[in-house]
Amino acid sequence: MTKNTAHTVLKTQALEIGYKSKSKTSSIAQNINLSFNKGELIGLVGANGIGKSTFIRTLTKVQPSLNGNIILNDINLSEYNNLELAKSLSVVLTESVPSKNLSVFELVALGRHPYTNWVGNLNKKDLETVNQALEQTNILHLSDKKCYELSDGQLQKVMLSRALCQDTNLIILDEPTSHLDMYHKAYILKLLKTLTQETEKTILFSSHEIDLAIQLCDKIIVMTGETVEYDTPCNLISKGAFTNLFPSDLIKFDEKTGSFRVTK
Amino acid sequence: MLFLLNISLGSVSIPVEEVLKSFFIKIDNEAWYYIIQNYRLPKAITAILVGSGLSISGLLMQTLFRNPLAGPFVLGITSGASLGVALVIMGSSIFGGVFATIFSSSWSMVIASSLGSFLVLLTVLLASFKIRDTMALLIIGLMFGSITSAIVSVLSYFSSADQIQQFVFWGFGSLGNLTWGEVAVLASFCSVGFIITIAKIKGLNTLLLGENYAKSLGLNIKTNRILIIVATSLLAGTITAFAGPIAFIGLAVPHITRQIFNTSNHKTLIPAVFLIGSIIMLICDSIAQIPNSDYTLPINAITSLIGAPVVIWLLLRKRKMIF
Repeated sequence: MTKNTAHTVLKTQALEIGYKSKSKTSSIAQNINLSFNKGELIGLVGANGIGKSTFIRTLTKVQPSLNGNIILNDINLSEYNNLELAKSLSVVLTESVPSKNLSVFELVALGRHPYTNWVGNLNKKDLETVNQALEQTNILHLSDKKCYELSDGQLQKVMLSRALCQDTNLIILDEPTSHLDMYHKAYILKLLKTLTQETEKTILFSSHEIDLAIQLCDKIIVMTGETVEYDTPCNLISKGAFTNLFPSDLIKFDEKTGSFRVTK
Repeated sequence: MLFLLNISLGSVSIPVEEVLKSFFIKIDNEAWYYIIQNYRLPKAITAILVGSGLSISGLLMQTLFRNPLAGPFVLGITSGASLGVALVIMGSSIFGGVFATIFSSSWSMVIASSLGSFLVLLTVLLASFKIRDTMALLIIGLMFGSITSAIVSVLSYFSSADQIQQFVFWGFGSLGNLTWGEVAVLASFCSVGFIITIAKIKGLNTLLLGENYAKSLGLNIKTNRILIIVATSLLAGTITAFAGPIAFIGLAVPHITRQIFNTSNHKTLIPAVFLIGSIIMLICDSIAQIPNSDYTLPINAITSLIGAPVVIWLLLRKRKMIF
């Protein structure tokens, strides 16, 4: 599953994440050394409150790291300004968009923001990119709909489409499958997989769908209180990385099926 | 059309053709010419500036705070202005007669309300440098409103009925008392506000996605926030200074426009809000004059009386609030 001709998109070196206030520093995870390659689908799993969001916030430069480096496309993350970063990294957040009165097309087209002129007009290339992004996420038929007319599943596709449109080689999604039914969870994650193969973009997503992540991801980051494991799903299973993910009194990881079972 | 109609109507009714003619040549009827040149025309221009300016600043605030209840005055602009005016009108009895004689010219109210709103805005602006959350800024603006209205209450408790009446009259709002010089000042401040708004169309559209997404798209949130606040304060601040606190327009017009045009895209909204704001203000002013009578109703009451039912009707008809 590893690619020999891999091109590193993002790399962390001895990264320490956490929060810093005037009085004290609370570290959440230390010594994270990862590298994401071109065209990989990477899952980020871990229990609630373990620091997945903090990790994502640090990678997307919403909050500073405590120590170590994040190298995005061979440049240190701290050297990017907002606009340059927007051309290399796009995100899909958990929050919903406050204005649902935009049409799907308008919302997706806002992904072109870093490239458009001062008034935000779309040129021919922008329009092509927008249409391509709509097509890749199978929502071309929705493009004239208003966002308030859409279901949660459709809305998630729109947000993904907007991120694609931003034309970055790394997309980070924070829990893209929450609020969705089983079918749409699988649909969105499968779509991410297809996109990494078709577009060679690197996609990182955090999720609680461990079973699906094991089946679809090229690599998975497993965060527990003490460690951050990063490997292919197969290796992680044989290492027993998922066994310690949750307290063992209620659910247990079944290595044969790659899913969790309720202990009876 | 409305512009001409607005000029033609009033306690003395002047035919629309005569109004049109008077722009190009000196018409025969001296009285009419004088009324148009020195009274009706500046008033109509003021109405357009006030209507469009307040509406635009309302739109800016609603987008910035992502809150459909925001209007141009959420940042405490009116409260600052009313505090300034209250101090001039009612403070004289407390601080002594010297104060009263200094502030007796027609500009005194303008200066007082500008100073008042400017001071409140400066504080809010300083807060906006410090605060990361835009919502907190909204609360701070509202708190300032409470503080100033409390001070105004205390002042009115110690004031004479005359002074209170004078203050209440200022609160009615008025479009009519502006000289050409004042109209020019108002127009130039408003233009700066409009120019900033147009320059920020792209940023405003991006802000529709929420601040976090906007930031991820490379938008500098702080710069945009500050510029939007500056534009709003220029518009709402100068308008309040010259025309008094005119309610409702700023809150309602963006909603009316969104309902009519069914869009949130600022490229369409800004010109549309500008236009609808001017139209509504001209209509309201024409009604306030009560054609062919000597009475002039407070413009502030008319804007609410006309505007509120329109908004309710639009919402009932569409059954869905568009934001």
